[in-house]
Amino acid sequence: MAAPALEVPRSTPYRRSASRRSNYEMYSWLFMRASGVVLVVLVLGHLFVNLVVGDGITGLDFGFVAGKWASPFWQVWDLAMLWLAMIHGSNGVRTIINDYAERDTTRIVLKTLVALALVFTVVLGTLVIFTFEPCPVGADGALLPAAASFCPA
Amino acid sequence: MSTTEREKSAAKRNDEPFDEDGAPRGKGGEQASADDGGLGAIPTFDVTLRVRRYNSEDGDDESPAEAHWQEFTVTVHGTDRVLDALHKIKWEQDGSLTFRRSCAHGVCGSDAMRINGVNRLACKVLVKDVNPDKPITVEPIKGLPVEKDLVVDMDPFFQSYREVMPFLITSGHQPTRERLQSQEDRERFDDTTKCILCAACTSSCPVFWTDGQYFGPAAIVNAHRFIFDSRDEGADVRLEVLNDREGVWRCRTTFNCTEACPRGIQVTKAIHEVKRALLTRSV
Repeated sequence: MAAPALEVPRSTPYRRSASRRSNYEMYSWLFMRASGVVLVVLVLGHLFVNLVVGDGITGLDFGFVAGKWASPFWQVWDLAMLWLAMIHGSNGVRTIINDYAERDTTRIVLKTLVALALVFTVVLGTLVIFTFEPCPVGADGALLPAAASFCPA
Repeated sequence: MSTTEREKSAAKRNDEPFDEDGAPRGKGGEQASADDGGLGAIPTFDVTLRVRRYNSEDGDDESPAEAHWQEFTVTVHGTDRVLDALHKIKWEQDGSLTFRRSCAHGVCGSDAMRINGVNRLACKVLVKDVNPDKPITVEPIKGLPVEKDLVVDMDPFFQSYREVMPFLITSGHQPTRERLQSQEDRERFDDTTKCILCAACTSSCPVFWTDGQYFGPAAIVNAHRFIFDSRDEGADVRLEVLNDREGVWRCRTTFNCTEACPRGIQVTKAIHEVKRALLTRSV
C-alpha cells in the first residue's frame, strides 16, 4: 500500500533521540533574551550617536568613523555590537533551520554555511576594529597621497 | 421580532431542559417550534460543509490514494453544532464519512478537528458561529498521520505524553490518610488539570507541524500538572526530559496552543512556567 498522500510530520515513525543531558538549548534560549536586551541599547545608542547627535547624518563621513575608533570606548561598543548581533542572528537562523529544514543533510549543510558566515564576519570585523589605521603611511614614513584630510601632514 | 432577537430568545430557551408544556427538548420539539414560527422558534438553515476526505483503500500501487474535498449540504438548526452537521451527513447522506467522537459534550476530547482553519472540538462549535453563509471547511488536525477522513493516528501524540510520566511519583511509605495540600499549592497547577488530551493544541503548533519529534504543548501541560504539584517528587526527572533538544526550548511563543485549547488552558503560560523552573532549577 502506498504511503498516505497527506502531510505527515517529519521522521515518522516516531523516534526521538535519547536525552543528551545537556543544557545547550537552555543557554541558547537564555542568550537570545539577554543579547536581545543588550542589543536594543547598543543599536539604538549607535544610531543616535551616528545620525542624531551633532551634525546629524550630514556629519557622517570617513573622518567621523575614524574619530570614533580612536577611542577605546567606541571600539568596545562596536565590538560588542558586532559579536552579539552576529551570534544572536546566526542562532536565530539556526533555530529556523532546525524548525523547517526537513532532511538531515540539508540541515547540516545550511547550519555549516551559517557558522562559516558567522566566523568570517566576526573575525573580519574584529580585525578591522583593532587594526584600523586612519592615516596610512608608506615605507618611508610619509603619508600616502590618498590619506584623509585630518591626518598630520 | 428581528432575527437576532429570535436567536437570542431561542438560545435562552435552550438553556432550559424542558419545553414550556413540560415535554423534554429534542429533535421533534425543535421541529415543531420551528414550524409554527412563533415566539422563540429555533431557526433552521442550509449549510455547506467542505470535508477533507481520505481513504487509503481508494488507491492502488500505481496511483496512491489522494485526499480530496467533498461538499455536503445539510439543513441544521440554529442550536446545532458542527458535530450534529457531521452526524447528519454520516446518517443521512454518506455513511462512509469517518470521524471520532465519544461523549459529544466537550469532555472526552475525541473530536478535535480543523474547522475553518482553526482547531476546535466539533461538539463545542455551533454552526451559526462559524459563518454558515460560506462553506465551512472541516479537516483532520494537522501534524499527525491521517488514517481515514478526519481520523488521525494519535500514537505520536500519546508517546510524548507518556514520556513526561503523567502520574504521581512519590517516595517512602504510603500515608495512611490522603495526601493533604493547601489551596495555594493546588492553585499553582489548577489550570493544567483541565487538559482532556484532545490534541487541539499540539496539532496547532507550527513547530510540531514541521518536526513531529517536538514534545508539543499537550505533553508539556501534563508535565506541568505534576511538576508544580506539591505532593509529587518527580519534578527533577520531568524537567530533565523537557530540557531536551525537542523540549520546551523549541517553543516559539506563537500562542497558537492557547488559542486552540477548548478548555481555555493558558498553555503558553504553562510552557513558560516550565522554562522558568528549568532556568532557576526550582519549582
